[in-house]
Parts: sequence; structure tokens; C-alpha cells
Amino acid sequence: MTMDDNKLTFDKITSDLTHHIRINKGFLIWMGFLTLSLLICLYAYSIQLKTGLGVAGIRDYITWGMYLANFVFFVAASLIGMLISAVLGLIGMKWLTPITRIAETIAVAFAAVAGLVIVSDMGRPERLAYVFIYGRPQSPILWDVTVITTYFVLSLLLLFLPMIADMAIIHRKVETLPSWLRPVYKVLSLNFTDQPAQNKIISRAIRILLILLIPAALSIHTVTSWLFAVTSRAGWDSTVFGPYFVSGAFVAGSAAVIIAMFFFRKNYKLQDYLTDMHFDKMGKVLATVSLVYLYFNINEFLVPGYKLKRADAIHLQELFAGKDALLFWAVQVGGLILPILFMLFRRFRKPLPILIISIAVLIAAWFKRYLIVIPTQEHPFLPIQHVPGNFIHYSPTLIETLISVAPFILVLIIITLISKFFPVIPLHETAQEKGIGHIKFD
Amino acid sequence: MEDNHTPHSPNESDNQKGSSRRDFLKNIGLAGVGVATGAAALYSGHIFEAKKEVSGDQKVLLTQDGKLVRVDSLEIKALDKDDEEIRETMCRGGLPGRRWVMVTDLSKCRNARKCINACQGAHQLRPEQYHMNTLQMQDTPGTAPYNMPKNCQHCDNPPCVAVCPVDATYKRPDGIVLIENDRCIGCRFCMAACPYSARIFNWIEPKDAALHQDQEYNAELNVPQKLGTVSKCLFSADRLREGKLPYCVEACPNGVYYFGDENEDAVTNGTTKETVRLSKLLRDNGGYQLMPELGTKPRVYYLPPKNRLFPFEEATDATPEKV
Repeated sequence: MTMDDNKLTFDKITSDLTHHIRINKGFLIWMGFLTLSLLICLYAYSIQLKTGLGVAGIRDYITWGMYLANFVFFVAASLIGMLISAVLGLIGMKWLTPITRIAETIAVAFAAVAGLVIVSDMGRPERLAYVFIYGRPQSPILWDVTVITTYFVLSLLLLFLPMIADMAIIHRKVETLPSWLRPVYKVLSLNFTDQPAQNKIISRAIRILLILLIPAALSIHTVTSWLFAVTSRAGWDSTVFGPYFVSGAFVAGSAAVIIAMFFFRKNYKLQDYLTDMHFDKMGKVLATVSLVYLYFNINEFLVPGYKLKRADAIHLQELFAGKDALLFWAVQVGGLILPILFMLFRRFRKPLPILIISIAVLIAAWFKRYLIVIPTQEHPFLPIQHVPGNFIHYSPTLIETLISVAPFILVLIIITLISKFFPVIPLHETAQEKGIGHIKFD
Repeated sequence: MEDNHTPHSPNESDNQKGSSRRDFLKNIGLAGVGVATGAAALYSGHIFEAKKEVSGDQKVLLTQDGKLVRVDSLEIKALDKDDEEIRETMCRGGLPGRRWVMVTDLSKCRNARKCINACQGAHQLRPEQYHMNTLQMQDTPGTAPYNMPKNCQHCDNPPCVAVCPVDATYKRPDGIVLIENDRCIGCRFCMAACPYSARIFNWIEPKDAALHQDQEYNAELNVPQKLGTVSKCLFSADRLREGKLPYCVEACPNGVYYFGDENEDAVTNGTTKETVRLSKLLRDNGGYQLMPELGTKPRVYYLPPKNRLFPFEEATDATPEKV
């Protein structure tokens, strides 16, 4: 490879992966739309702040509603960073390189917003600081706060460290960069000049982070499942809740990554980097984790269903054939069994079909959380009597729905910003893997 | 003198001399500090003693932990009951030496709902908010229906207290589980954890909030109720402090409730005011607890609905309006 070829290829990669870093009309319209939607949702939240949680459909018996289902979903989706980067990355799967940053971006966005989602469920959000001032370590909520914060910080570092080299390249090589942005990249690049010593420090730090990320990620969703499993209620009182939640999280996260891959590839013209092969492989990942999840589903429903203890029997009756049956079977069949069957075939792992499957899986994943959180509370051990009808049957209100939409908008904003101002695909790493070697810094 | 043990030191004797001199000086210094501290302590003690007046009039008092002590009458100071710290200590500490217990006789309940009204009145609750609720129960299709007043079971192993992230709900030594609504963050984990559905939440502005807004918070009555916080039965801790029976117990026209102290092995019927032995009452009538298999160790006992004094009637009371 001559020096000239080298430069050309490197310049092409740089331009391919950074040409989207500019403020264009489409970006402004999209961000304007997101901001406006967010403002509407924030207005709904201001009503809740003023008049209390009563604006939502939750009442004394079904006391955890959509907000909590949302929280579980957000924690779940954030787990994918660990699966893609840490588990598969440490095994040494090379094809992952262009996907790692997408996975980490999703992890950071969902983990950051999960904390806000739970605040929307608090009757006294202004007392949030009490959790730190008066925190009781016996309460699983304290464990959740601790591990989610830890996981968020680890994920943020894992997003940032591989970006250092990229930012050094951007602030030197990208001519189209808006002038006010250049110094930002310079600061963020931490004077990286591609010295072997620098690369060594970064790669060692990344490796340590990847290893730390695995227990942190397992903890966040296991502890989140314990918010339910530590109670004695039918439907929650389960010993497999930890792995059941973790495997479900991988399903939701993999689907989210595939959806993000599809849109980045199309919008940022990354067809040469996110190839059909990547969608095929991610389809296989999604199919695998879905199978694991199916296994835990069978455990979760078959074992209590076989014994039919009184409270379990009522719970399962409602899910299988009662008022939640339609949603339950739609989620189990449409969001789990059918996708697994389709994904066995190569032609359904092509970008467009796998996108459609992933969207179905992700929507089902949200409703699955809804089915885990709400029906259990509709039949407590003692009968619900002498209360208004809306205490017996939960139905979310418009304000509650808007407040639940807000976190999704926030996630989209975070993902949009990260992907817009940084290469979606690791630039330095890709260059190295293509055998271009060291970047020449002038 | 650790230096002495250093083997093969080239200048052993020098070292030894030097180190012992240093140690000597150090010891002098330490002794000096010690003497000075002691002297200061003695002096301040002397000053204190000199200031202290003794009336010679000794009072014998009973401390909270049940000890008799002798105190000079001049040293006895009345505590300011409004002091927040004192209130907190008194409230969280409970009533010393007591183990409150309730016995509900299901054979006598005819769903008069007087207990509920008294409770809702005392605790400023809306009609749909129950610290105490009478449920129409039927354990299996073949068994007879009965009325079951259900309140917080004041468990000795309370799942609600275990999960509270901020210590807002707590178990007192006298057996009562209370909530401090100044502390509650409204996460409702306690409500999810309670198998008896005993806890309620102030979803909207509490009843007559404007009327009670200047009222000082009383954790033993949990009024005024606060928006966005959890509430529940308190065994009328405020009444117990005054030596009275709980609101519901007193209000019952049918003699359903017995209330008392497990340590004394005595419970008093709220209607007849008859005091009976707790152990005998439970033994003779087959007393039981709700869902003991969950390991919550409730402090409320039930006497089975045997030989009911009233026929069971389907509840006809109007359901509270939607809120």
C-alpha cells in the first residue's frame, strides 16, 4: 500500500463517517419537532406537579401503572450496551465494530432517561434528595439508584473513550465543520495524537470498562426485577424474575439497535459500513436472545400454571383467557414466537424485513412490561371492595400518556444529538481495522 | 522502642541513644498533654460543681426504659412538647413497655361501618379512603360468607417498612407501624409490598385541605393528610397515648373489637368495655391471623365467624363516587 493510497482511503473513510456533522435544515426541523413535542409533554407534567398523581389513572390498588412499566422498559433497553460491547466484544467478534457505538448511544440515552421516568412516578418529586439524605440501604430502590447511576457512568465513559481518537481526527481533518464547533472537538480530543502510549492507555481503560460493565448491567435489571419479586403478590413472587428481566432486556435492546442501524444507514448514507451482513448478524443475535427469553417465559408461566395456587390461578386466568388475554397473546405471539420463526430464515434478516420485525418486537416489549406491572395489582390477596370503579380497573389517562411519551422524546433527542455530532461508526477503529494503520497528525 | 530490635544496624549504639532521647521527649510531651487535659477536666468539673445548686429534695422517677432513678428536684426540667426533636423521639419511640394488639371478632360484625366513619372522620379521609374497610368475604364457594373488618395488621415483620427507601414508614417498639408524611416521597413501594392492601395514597388534594393547612402535623394521627403521600391505619396511636381505645374500637356498636396490650395479656372490648385475657380469648375462640404463611407476623387477630349473631347481608351501601 503506497502512502498515497493510504491517504486517499483514510480521507474517504473520514469523509464517509463525518459528512453528516453539520447543521442542516433536516436536522433543525427534526429537532424543532422533538422540542415542541417535549414541551407539550412537559406541560402535561406541570399539571401533574400542581394537582398531584391523581391526574393519572393509577389509584390505591393498581398503584404502579404506565410510569413504572415505562421505567422497566427504559432500564431494559439500556442493557443492550452491555450485550453488544461487553459480552460479544470481549469474545472478539470483529463484525461488531460499526455497531458498538450505536449500542452504547442507546445504552447512555435510555439509562440517563430511566432516572427521570421514575421521578414522574413520585408523589413528592421535590423530595427526591431524601433518597440520598435518608436512604435506607435495605430498600431495593436504593440498590436500583446505585446500580443505574453506576451503569450510566460506565456507559458514558465507554461511549466517550473510543471517541477520543475520532475527535482528534475531526478537529484536524474535517473542513466542513462549523467554526464554533472545532474548539469543542479539540478540547474533547484531550490532545490525542495517536501515540502508541495513548492508544495503550485507552484500550486498556476500555477493556476494564467492558469487564466492569457486565456485573453493572446485570445488576440494573436484576435489581429492577426485584422491585416486584421482593413482594409476595401473585405474578411477581417469582425466583426467575432476575434472568427473566435480563433476557427480556436483551430482546428489547437488540431490536432498538437494529432500528437505529437502519435509520443511521439510510440517513447518514452508511451502506458501505452497515452492510446486509450486519443486519443478518444482528438478526441472529435477536433470534438467539428471543429464544432465551422464550425459555424464561415458559418457566414463568408453566410452573405456576401447573400448580395453580389460588392467587396464581386468578392471575393466569386473567392473562390467558381473561381481560388481558388479547394483549397477552398479541405480545407473546406477535412479539416473541412469530419473530423467532421469521428470523430463522435468511431472507427475513435482510435490512427491511428485520427492521419491521424489530419494530414489532420493540412495541411488544413495551406492552410486555405493562403486562408484568399492571395485571398483578388488579387482583390482590384480599378483595377490592367499596371503592369507585376506577380503583378496580386501571386505565391510563391522556395526561399520563403524554407524560409517558416524554421520555421517548428525550431519548430520541439524546440519540439524535450524539449521532449528529459524532461519527455513528467508530472512525479511528474502522480505519485501523481496514489496515490503514496510524493516522498522520500534522 | 522498636529501633532496639533492628538487627545489624551499623551505628546501633548511636541509633539507640538518639531514639531513646526522641522517645523520652515524646513521652514527656504526651505526659504533658495528658496532665493538661486532666487538669482542664478537673477544673471544668470544679466550676460545674460550684455552679450546681442542690435543693436536697430528691424525686424518684421512672425512666422510659422502666428504671427507677433518684433526681434532685432542681434538675427536673419540663420538656417542650412542641420541640420537633422531642416529638420525633416520642413518636418514633412509641409507648414504652407496650405491645399493642387487636382482636376482631368476625362472629359479631354486621357491617355497620361505624368504625369506618369514626376512622375517616378522625384522619380527615375521603369516603373512598379507608384505613379500616369492612370486606364481604367468602373463603371458598362452599363456605358461608362473612363480614371482615380489615385494617393495617401492624406486622412484626412488616414488608412495607422493609422496602421504604427513606425510612418514612417505621415500626415502633410498641408494635405500631407508622408513616411520617413529612418524609414520604410517594414512591408507593410500601403499597405494592403490603399483602393486605392496607395502605392508601393521597392521589388528589386531601379532604378539606384548605381548612387544615395551618394545623400542625401529628404523626400519631397522620393529619393533616398530605397530597402525594401514603397513609394507613395507625392503631390510633394518638388515642393510646391518652390512654383511650382506638377510634374504630370505641365506635363499634356490636362488640367486634378488642384492643389491648400483649405484655399485659389483656384486651378490652370497645363496646362492652369488658377486659378479658388475650391468651384465653384466642384459645377459647380459635383466634387466627390473616395469611400467616407470608411470615408477616400480624398484630391483629381474628376470631372465626362462627355462630354469627347477625345474618350475612350483601352490602348495599353506595360505592363512593369516582375520584
